[in-house]
This record gives sequence, C-alpha cells and structure tokens, in this order.
Amino acid sequence: MELRKEYVNELARLMRENDKIVILDADLAGAGGTKPLYKEFPDRCIDVGIAEANMICIAAGLAASGFVPFVHSFVPFVARRALDQIAVSVCYSEQNVRIVGFDPGVHTTSNGGTHMSFEDIATMRAFCNIAVVDIVDGVQLRKALPYITAHKGPMYIRFVRKQTDELFDDSYEFGFGKADKLRDGKDLTLIASGTMLFDAVKAADRLESEGYSVDLLGIATVKPLDEEAVLASARKTRRVLTAENHSIHGGLYGAVTETLSAKLPTLCDAVAVRDKITQVGSLNDLKRDYGLTADDIYARAKQLLTNNG
Amino acid sequence: MTVQQFAKEIRRNTLRCLHSQGSGHVGGSLSIVDALAVLYSRYMHVDPHDPRMADRDKLVLSKGHSGPALYATLAIKGFFPAEWLDTLNKLGTRLPSHVNLNLTPGVDMTAGSLGQGLSCACGLALANRLNGIDRNVYVITGDGELQEGQNWEGAMFAAQKKLDSLIVLVDSNKLQIDGATADVMNVEDICAKFAAFGFDAQRVDGHDYEALDGAIHRAKIAKNGKPQCIVMDTVKGKGVSFYEAMGAGVHSTSVTDEQYEAALNELK
Ligand SMILES: Cc1ncc(C[n+]2csc(CCOP(=O)(O)OP(=O)(O)O)c2C)c(N)n1
Ligand SMILES: [Mg+2]
Repeated sequence: MELRKEYVNELARLMRENDKIVILDADLAGAGGTKPLYKEFPDRCIDVGIAEANMICIAAGLAASGFVPFVHSFVPFVARRALDQIAVSVCYSEQNVRIVGFDPGVHTTSNGGTHMSFEDIATMRAFCNIAVVDIVDGVQLRKALPYITAHKGPMYIRFVRKQTDELFDDSYEFGFGKADKLRDGKDLTLIASGTMLFDAVKAADRLESEGYSVDLLGIATVKPLDEEAVLASARKTRRVLTAENHSIHGGLYGAVTETLSAKLPTLCDAVAVRDKITQVGSLNDLKRDYGLTADDIYARAKQLLTNNG
Repeated sequence: MTVQQFAKEIRRNTLRCLHSQGSGHVGGSLSIVDALAVLYSRYMHVDPHDPRMADRDKLVLSKGHSGPALYATLAIKGFFPAEWLDTLNKLGTRLPSHVNLNLTPGVDMTAGSLGQGLSCACGLALANRLNGIDRNVYVITGDGELQEGQNWEGAMFAAQKKLDSLIVLVDSNKLQIDGATADVMNVEDICAKFAAFGFDAQRVDGHDYEALDGAIHRAKIAKNGKPQCIVMDTVKGKGVSFYEAMGAGVHSTSVTDEQYEAALNELK
C-alpha cells in the first residue's frame, strides 16, 4: 500500500479516538494524501494555502492550546522554508507539533533541485528537543503513528508518499529511540535509515553470500539515537558503515560518528550524498548518481572489510 | 509569424516537452502561453546568441513549475535546439521542470519554491538601476503563489524603492493544487491589494493578445515611480479543450501519446 494511504487510514483511526489531533496542509492535501480526512473531520483539518511559515506558527498556537497538530508538505517547504518558525515557535517554545515532510532526498525525482533536500535531518537534529524519524515503509509508519501522536515535544518525520516496497510485516513493533536489529553478524556493522534500508538488506545479502556476516541495524529514530545498540554492535565488529538518503553532513552518519568518536573510536564510512548539488532525474538515475544504491553500499562495505587500518 | 501563430507554436512545443516525460505541470504552463507570446514577440529585448547580454529585459518565472512553457518559447526564439525539449527532467538535462538560471540559456532566475521570484526581481531591478541599465524586469507569479507572505514583502520593497521598471504579471487562473484559490485561501482582490501596496494595477483578459499588449505597453511607458502589476484572467490548461475541462486536476497531469495527438489536432 502507498505510504500516504497507510498514513491517512491510521491517522483517521487515531483522530476518532483523540479529538485533540489536528491536520494542517499547505496546498498539498491531495498530493500528500490527507484529503480524505477533510470530509470526516472538517473542523480539525486546515488547508492554509501556499504559506508554510504561516502554517508552522498556526500549528504552534494550536499546540500551545493543547492540540496535537500534524503539519505537512514536501520536505524542503516544511523543514527548510519555515526554519526560523520551527526554531522559535516550535522547538524553543517546546510545542507538540509534528512536522511531516514528504518525499525526502532523491525521492523528489521529477520535481528536481528546488524540491530536493539533503539537509533536513541535519537541521532538525541540531535543534534542541526535537525528535527526528526517518520512515522506511508503510508498516513502520502505521506502527509508529500511535507513538508519534502520544510523544511529548516536537517531532520531525519524513517519508515517501507513493512507494510500495515493504520490509516489515504486521508483527513489527515500533520502538521510539530503538534500533531495529535486522541481522546478527560479526564482521561489519551496517546501519541504515529510511528507504536506504531496502538497499542495505540487498547489500547484506550479497556480502553474506561471500561469507561475511553483517550486523544490520535499521534506524527509524535518528534522534534520539539508540547509542547502546550502535556501541554494542561496533564493539563486536569494529567496522561501521552507515547508509542514508541525506547529506553526509549531520545526518545518520553524523549521529553515529558523534557517538563512536567519543565513546568507542571505530573505523567508519558512509553511503550518503557528498556535497553534490540537487538535481532532477528518475529515482534509479538519481540513486546511481549520488552513490545511494545497494552496489554502493556493497562497494564501501568491501573497502571497510579489507581495510586493516 | 503572427502572435496567434507564435502562441500556438509555443503550446505545441510545451506539450512536446511534457509529453517527453509523459506527465507534468500542464495546466499552469498552458495558462501563461499567451502572455509569453506577447512578451517574446513584442517586448523582451533579448538576444538568443548572447543570452547573458547585460543590456536586456529579464523575466523571472516565479511560478517555476511552468518551465515547459518558457522552454518552448525560448526554443522557438533560438536560444537552444528544439531537441532539448525532449530531455525534460532526465538526469543531466538542461531543462528541469522548475526553471534554473544556471542550466538554461534565456532563464534569468531560478524558481520552484513558490513566493521568492518577486523579491529576486526586486534585486534584478535594483541592480539595473545601480548599473545604469534602463530595461524592464518582468515577473510571472501564480495566483495561489500570492498566498506566500514573501510576495508582499517584495511588493512593499518595490514601491518603497520606486522600482517602476518592475512589471509583475499575475497568472490568475483561479486554481491551485487543492482546488479553487477562492476556496483554499482567497487572494482576491489582487488588483486592489497591489494598488494598496503602491503599484499601478491593471486587470486584463490573459488570452486576449491586444488587451495584454495594451496593458504591458502602459506598464512599460508609465515610468511614474510606481512598480507595475497586471492581473491576467486566465484559464488553467488553456488551448486544449480536455485540459481546460479538468479543473484543479490539470495542475499536474498526464500527456499520453493519445492526449498529445488529440492536443496537436486542436492546435493546428
Ligand atoms: C514554497 C512552495 N510550496 C509548495 C509548492 C508546491 N506547489 C507547486 S505548484 C503549487 C500550486 C501553485 O498554484 P498557483 O500559484 O496558482 O500556480 P498555477 O495555478 O499557475 O499552476 C504548489 C502548492 C512549491 N512549489 N513551493
Ligand atoms: Mg493558479
């Protein structure tokens, strides 16, 4: 199922239970998928028009009055265009606003360079008190939503609207701030967030077919990071590779290496965007061009595995 | 070529460009074609062989998602080969669906994050004044786009600095993505708003070439210390019956082989 369908179905269920949840959109209710909620909850769904900064502050006002607002747009318009509004009215004010960004990083595809953001996790993570969640599939999104609603404090969530790949099945349980341990291994720690987990699984398969054993961690909650899981795995493997659909600066790689450099200096590398300007293209072409494929994970993993430092 | 023929040629090439991807921002591209036809046949002082010529008129397509219409216009004017139109949105293209001044000859400002173009145009007009260049800066904004508050910061600045070389054209097609602009977040009375911000504001039929020509002419010769605004009443998807009939859905929609052929038939 498309993530936007999972999202709206689960949100509708939560809205029936909790009359404090409110929905805000900035002319992308149709595109993002929240439109059906406007019929069932006309008073609690607000389309502010093309005015994202306005939307963030309206949400902050609603939150300050006890509501739990979910605000939506494409990643750059919700997480970048309204940055000072997020800093002051949401984070500094410690308001329960959920900021939802659609189509992170390369998933922007044909909307191109102006809509593509590789810095949202870095900027959000740098603010005080805000949690940051990078979703991989529809099951994870559905399972995370009750928690996202109940969480105290601001939160940023990014996911792909349309993608239909699936990693988790119904038995999956979302743990806020907890890594998902997908494989147990001793040669290499592979840590991936969001949709890079799909590629990480493929790369791990290939490495395992060559006889390596991979400790594979999925990270939905980039902040707060599950430091214990990262440290435990690195202690075992002494080699850590991260994979994220984001800049190498300040995202998952930043979070992991901040932890390791202070507590357990470890050989690390990253599959991430290396200071390369945003652009238009198909998903596969973009992934190849930015070095975000399973092959790239495999190649960097091999380098790490053969680096005797 | 008459302005009518030019406009048809632009529409055909806009759809050629969008058809190469199979879909895209059809509605808002087609609604500005007649304004582009009048501007580029009668007003824009530009040189396809020297697109960065200092002494030129500039156009900021603030509603940057309508790139395909501008690309079609520039291709016909000879800024680049028509074959480029078939590369829309492909990796490494010179024609991304949202305009980018570093990629495309004849594009004067990058846009795609709505609401920034008017401010950028203020900078261009101010630079012209500082450089002693007596040329116009045109901006095309959407009507939904005017919901971004930054437009009004730009408008205030333009009036304060008496930027009378600045001509804002509003593509008032009455639609945005989530529906009718009047239902989502009403922006009317656009003319009165710009007038209240210190502009000379006119309202014309955005598909009537002579009305457009008259309005642009008046704005160009005004030189009265006031920035100029022309609100164009337009139809989203203009020129192709089935696109005109789609309503808000025409914002971003398909251009299949069949649709392309049917559209070309209407644009003979
Ligand atoms: C800052 C920002 N927010 C949202 C979008 C997504 N978006 C692209 S076009 C559009 C609607 C534009 O409506 P309008 O300005 O009326 O343009 P037109 O009808 O001419 O296509 C939106 C919301 C964007 N490009 N930039
Ligand atoms: Mg419009």
